Amino acid sequence: MHNPQLNKNGELAHLLSIEGLPKAILTQILDTAESFMEVSAREVKKVPLLRGKSVFNLFFENSTRTRTTFEIAAKRLSADVINLDINKSSTAKGETLLDTIDNLCAMHANLFVVRHASSGAPYLIAEHLQRIGRHDVHVVNAGDGRHAHPTQGLLDMYTIRHYKKDFTQLRVAIVGDILHSRVARSDIHALTSLGVPEVRAIGPETLLPKHLDKLGVHVFHDMEEGLKDCDVVIMLRLQNERMNGALLPSAGEYFRHYGLTPQKLALAKPDAIVMHPGPMNRGVEIHSAVADGPQAVILPQVTFGIAVRMAVMSIVAGN
Amino acid sequence: MNILIENGRVIDPKNGVDRSNTALYVANGKIAAIGTAPAGFVVHERIDAAGCVVCPGLIDLGARLNSIEAELAAAVAGGVTSVVVPPDADPPLDEPELADRLVHRGAEIGKARVLPLGALTLGLKGERLAELAGLKKAGCVAFSQANKPVTDTEALLRAMEYAATFGFAVWLQPQDYWLARNGIAHEGEVSSRLGLAGIPVAAETIAIATLVQLVRDTGCRVHLTRLSSAPGVALVHRAQQEGLPLTFDIGVHHLLLSENDIGFFNPHARFCPPLRTQGDRQALSDAAAAGLAAICSDHTPVGADDKLLPFGEAKPGATGLEVLLPLTLKWAEAAGVGLSDALARITSAPAAVLGLASGELAVGSVADLCLFDPAATWQLTPEALKSRGKNSPWLGYPMSGQVKATLVGGRIVYQR
Repeated sequence: MHNPQLNKNGELAHLLSIEGLPKAILTQILDTAESFMEVSAREVKKVPLLRGKSVFNLFFENSTRTRTTFEIAAKRLSADVINLDINKSSTAKGETLLDTIDNLCAMHANLFVVRHASSGAPYLIAEHLQRIGRHDVHVVNAGDGRHAHPTQGLLDMYTIRHYKKDFTQLRVAIVGDILHSRVARSDIHALTSLGVPEVRAIGPETLLPKHLDKLGVHVFHDMEEGLKDCDVVIMLRLQNERMNGALLPSAGEYFRHYGLTPQKLALAKPDAIVMHPGPMNRGVEIHSAVADGPQAVILPQVTFGIAVRMAVMSIVAGN
Repeated sequence: MNILIENGRVIDPKNGVDRSNTALYVANGKIAAIGTAPAGFVVHERIDAAGCVVCPGLIDLGARLNSIEAELAAAVAGGVTSVVVPPDADPPLDEPELADRLVHRGAEIGKARVLPLGALTLGLKGERLAELAGLKKAGCVAFSQANKPVTDTEALLRAMEYAATFGFAVWLQPQDYWLARNGIAHEGEVSSRLGLAGIPVAAETIAIATLVQLVRDTGCRVHLTRLSSAPGVALVHRAQQEGLPLTFDIGVHHLLLSENDIGFFNPHARFCPPLRTQGDRQALSDAAAAGLAAICSDHTPVGADDKLLPFGEAKPGATGLEVLLPLTLKWAEAAGVGLSDALARITSAPAAVLGLASGELAVGSVADLCLFDPAATWQLTPEALKSRGKNSPWLGYPMSGQVKATLVGGRIVYQR
């Protein structure tokens, strides 16, 4: 089956998912991001790579952080950035997703950054662009349903590489609501593709997808056991609507079993880093002493995210 | 009118007939003779069936007729002479007058026979019984919820008791409402990878277990529609061996596709019930090969606006009437099932479910016939389909087996 995110030369035309991307492309993105880190330190924080191009932020689902970092990244690449809050505009009037895309293409869009509540929505857009022959228009997935959040996965990999250098000696634990998490899926694919020998998933059975082992993941229900000797701990956000219902009895019971406290973190390696895609629920999945502690790299993740998104946009638009 | 269909390979699965280069004589809407002409037979029309199979017209146990004229034309173009129509139309078929109107409209169009399923409950809401006896009188062949649930088990028990009182059959798609309500794909490896909310196999097996017990208690005759899983098939088979009055069918797409065909979120691979694993597909195929189940098209025309959407928002289902025959042949070839056995699954097997006398070529039986060239190939394109539903996971694929003529009640209703 043709992988719709690669062009005929096997280059990245769209970034839709980390799954199925060769390691060389992942490394290329991380290396490019590293070269952009320096841009953010300059007084004039701009490079002209996307000058004259239009980047449309299409957010069919609310987001502040991801949209802002994409916007900053596009502006640092000298692109024109147009933010569309679709909830309040065309689809509310009954326009279909693909009609919206056609209209924006007619406005000479070059790149769409898409967030959508339905898994696979960016694929539909990418396949549509291919069908209508618009090979000059690119799609970057900024989070689709539970499926993927590839730029978050990549910035997580950037963070891990920054602090740990070598992927091939690491033990990485992902903790929490993996079932509903697009971040977890992207992290799992990225970690296994980059050669991390042991990826662990920690959570109650109600928050773990079935057949997780088929993705190359070791499943733990006991957090203390799962954290043992880990180099990296990735905490996931627990959405409010999951806390009191059939999946979990209460936020309190969740925190007692799966919240990251200093005591539990002590079971990981002493130099383990703690990551979180944000926004955090303090006292639900993470204790403030950990979130604000010396092992947390949660704010550097945000900074790296800009460089990674610059890298992704410059690479897809250049192919 | 007297019709001579000559030089064809006549296959009548029910009666074990498979004769090449054989003439079939139709008079007064019935099959007058096979082989030699009856005394005094005057040929009014002659059809050369050289290279073609002549078999009973296909009986499709599930086809939605959203735009009835186009879909009935699609039916006969696909060799289908009788279509069972589920009651989930708009409005649902829950009043005798609606059934009456549908039957008359079907007769007026004069293509395939229309066999409606009446709604078991008003508005298919699973609460209050519809007027079953009145619906039956208006032409409904059985009663169904289509794929809508009866969540209240007492309502289900009472409905089955009431149907059993009159000897009516109840057709149900076994799917536990609570386990299926949020799901969009089989809960398994693919749904986990793609982040699609899952429908576990238990949604099917729990519903079957409930129904089997209620059949045991009420004696109601139940036909289970569109089974999707290996454990589901095993449960039904065990109940059949116990002697319970249970039959089932399988949608033809479920014999050929699995969850893997979702690929990169292909909305054409969204079905209700969902495509499940290769193992499930194999079990369904084995059941069909063993003659345990009828095969149907589960024809569901869906417009492009409702299909060209992200996977979870796209309407489930595929166009089926015009691909039932080629896809059944494709399945049979892959499963090592002979032509006559394959045709049995779409002729005599569904006739047995319905208790119809058609679905065979015995002398004196009604002349509902399909003539097709098993070797002819054609490409499945939107233009090739008479159905308004152009939604198919097979668009662009070559199909083997092309219908050349279809007769209903001895009338030629389709010819190419």
